[in-house]
Amino acid sequence: MSESSILQRASLGAWLEAMGRAGRRVLAPVQEADRVVFGTPSAPEQIATGFVQTPGSAKSVVFPPFDEMLRFRTNGEDVHVEEPSIAAEPTVLFGVRPCDAASFATLKAVFTWDSPDAWVESRMANLTVISVSCTQCDEYCFCTSVGGGPGSTQGSDILLTPLDDRRWLVEVLTEKGRAAAGLAPQLFAPANGEAASKEKLLAQVPVRFEAKEVAGELPSLFDHPEVWKEQSLRCLGCGACAFVCPTCSCFDIQDERVRDQGTRLRCWDSCGFRLFTLHASGHNPRHVQSERWRQRVMHKFSYQPERLGVTGCVGCGRCSRACPVDMNLGEHVRRLSEMSV
Amino acid sequence: MELLRDKAKSLLKSGAVQVVIGYAAGSATDRFRPHFARSADEADRLVFGDGCRQNLAVYLLKPEVRAMGKAAVVGGPTTLRTLLQYAVENQVSDGSAVALALEDGRVEELTSFAAVEEYLAQRPHGLSEEDRAELEQHAGRSREDRWAYWSGELARCIRCYACRAACPLCYCEQCITENNQPQWVPVASDAFGNLEWNVVRAMHLAGRCVNCGSCAAACPQNIRIDLLNQVLAQEAMTQFGAEAGYSVRKEYALSVFKPDDKETFIR
Amino acid sequence: MTTFSTAPSASERRNLYTPHKMRIVKATDEAPGVRTFQLQFVDSEVGARFSFEAGQFGEYSVYGEGESTFCIASSPTRTGYIECTFRQAGRVTSALADRQEGDIIGFRGPYGNTFPVERWEGKNVLFIAGGIALPPVRCVIWNVLDLRDRYRDVSIIYGARTVADLVYKHELAEWDQRSDVNLWVTVDPGGQTPEWTGKVGFVPAIVEEVRPRPADTIAVLCGPPIMIKLTLPVLAKLGFAPEQIYTTLENRMKCGVGKCGRCNVGKVFVCKDGPVFTLAQLNELPPEY
Repeated sequence: MSESSILQRASLGAWLEAMGRAGRRVLAPVQEADRVVFGTPSAPEQIATGFVQTPGSAKSVVFPPFDEMLRFRTNGEDVHVEEPSIAAEPTVLFGVRPCDAASFATLKAVFTWDSPDAWVESRMANLTVISVSCTQCDEYCFCTSVGGGPGSTQGSDILLTPLDDRRWLVEVLTEKGRAAAGLAPQLFAPANGEAASKEKLLAQVPVRFEAKEVAGELPSLFDHPEVWKEQSLRCLGCGACAFVCPTCSCFDIQDERVRDQGTRLRCWDSCGFRLFTLHASGHNPRHVQSERWRQRVMHKFSYQPERLGVTGCVGCGRCSRACPVDMNLGEHVRRLSEMSV
Repeated sequence: MELLRDKAKSLLKSGAVQVVIGYAAGSATDRFRPHFARSADEADRLVFGDGCRQNLAVYLLKPEVRAMGKAAVVGGPTTLRTLLQYAVENQVSDGSAVALALEDGRVEELTSFAAVEEYLAQRPHGLSEEDRAELEQHAGRSREDRWAYWSGELARCIRCYACRAACPLCYCEQCITENNQPQWVPVASDAFGNLEWNVVRAMHLAGRCVNCGSCAAACPQNIRIDLLNQVLAQEAMTQFGAEAGYSVRKEYALSVFKPDDKETFIR
Repeated sequence: MTTFSTAPSASERRNLYTPHKMRIVKATDEAPGVRTFQLQFVDSEVGARFSFEAGQFGEYSVYGEGESTFCIASSPTRTGYIECTFRQAGRVTSALADRQEGDIIGFRGPYGNTFPVERWEGKNVLFIAGGIALPPVRCVIWNVLDLRDRYRDVSIIYGARTVADLVYKHELAEWDQRSDVNLWVTVDPGGQTPEWTGKVGFVPAIVEEVRPRPADTIAVLCGPPIMIKLTLPVLAKLGFAPEQIYTTLENRMKCGVGKCGRCNVGKVFVCKDGPVFTLAQLNELPPEY
């Protein structure tokens, strides 16, 4: 349902205001001291634009670092339990990269397959994603290896492509996108052939491997005696990769209590942590780091494609930028893809 | 670079060590990654430059690395200090690891703790001028300002524990943050939980931290958690004269009982 | 701003992770550190709607301490309550162990797949269990015994480290008395008491001694990894095919509903595709359990 139009950058403030008036919370990458983080911009000038990628992902919008699942108060023998509302605030996520827009498909697959998670579902249903095409990339980007691209419309409700310093090419892609654009229709001018120039404006992201092929080949490498150990030898077993990843969604459930009151929390967790799979008996099915690294790769590039029909990676490169020891996912998966030929 | 590679090759060839833990070129021109050289070919990939700051001593305690045999570790003064602190804490025994100290392109092979002590004794101790100035700048701010700064910074912590993983002295089999009987550190990565985690971490490193900065370098949120460690290192120095990693005979101030301790609560 | 309430409006979908309240109607100490709770739903309507099948599990919680995963140890043929048996190990099981009759705990489930007991009708069923792994097997044992005429020979080989470590001692005595059950109970060498009249020896050795016949027989095998590892070759030698051998996996779980990401064995979710697997199915999986 893609419809193209032109939006002046100077009109962004008016559009955001219209969104606010319509009761939508706006989240966007904003410059905060020396870093770009997702926050609510108080003015359009606050929205960061020059970055290749934000250090943290936008997944917190639907899957925050911790969620209160329940609140309770014990009362003698009985327990008084309160549940959080499933209702989510209508939110516009503005200015994310196409890879981040694509990541919501993976999150959705995880949280809605078989037993739907009502919170994540509700937050997704209330989320409008307005992404901006990439005109630059860096050595960590590999979206084109995992079915995405610097101008990919996958997962976006509206995609903006910078035509020049003053204008965006606007592609309205979904009903939600149409509703968001419809909040200030006067701001959108017809695109007279400019849509054709989109491809030329985009960053050139080299293809390192084909995720679809890798998915088929990885199972045969599971028992490889060397590669997982070699690739993970320097891995420190922290959770930086998983926590900055836009699609990593593993979590822990823990209770906190102060005297007779408490909460049940869902917190981000990582398959890289030793304790992740440790049994109470002391047995650990993935007891060395190489097995945990293999799980990370297999989960994203083999299990999720096979079980959920999605790739668990959008090639944003955050894990590799954040890794304290320069574990480079794109490089490692390319190596695996070369081995399996 | 050639000196380092040659040294690594000769150590490997003679069987003096089975692995040289150094740096290799990384994903970008300004990035380096830990590299485990077990052969001459692998030694040829060793590099050293300004960006090689991660403290590689962290790998000396990893089972996967220990399984390779005796290791030589490449690094500067903070890596050497880690080695001595490991000695104090009975993590590494004398002669079980070689240090390849790098300075101005020169490589010095240090095979005993005594050699490391001697090497460090000839070099400046304590914080660099730069670090000291930065600390003083922080210390000069009002209590409220500092509270606001740290509240803001630590609220950003995502509890990925990269700081802990990168820290060579955070080697506890079971970290207190994962102890849940009782749950000492709140699990949620909110302002309070994060404050508690980072303060507990800093406290456990007080008098042990060698100020390598690997924690801050590892932080994906760019939080300067190393500043907390530096403050406590200064404090340990002032209170107990304890400066970590310069002597294998130095006791860890916070775990030593002395009848003449100046604090009354301990007596 | 998230709002909290006791009763989500009818238009809202139920929170997947909200447990049902259950009251401990009976607590039994089985062995050192091992307890069994008989539980009833506080909300009788929930109880009336609730059903499960042999092999399924749930998340049991102490509010304020957390959730822990155990199988439902009672049989689906016994309605109106469920039972769970657990060993005190960590924070949640310690808190559970402190709970008394009348106390309320949380339960959500049932989750996971089931032992296909209906498909086994007309066959012999052989149960082999070790230590604290009897509870998942006990669920199936009672399921089969309550429908006794649908099955042929029912045999149980159960072992524990010591006499004290044997769980469900009353039921072991009951099964021993029954003429339609063949029961062998054993303890590890050194684990016997002077009064012990059962067998002494490790479970694999007892299986070898008993020599169950594989023809038309289903074997349900649950126990510690070392017992499983040493019993499987014995069964294979006796002629059991991998398709005849069932077990249940106990990988660490948090959500129980295929989301939290820790119980998988290769591409298989133990919480969704398991916990019940045949040996033939396990042979297809990487050894991550």
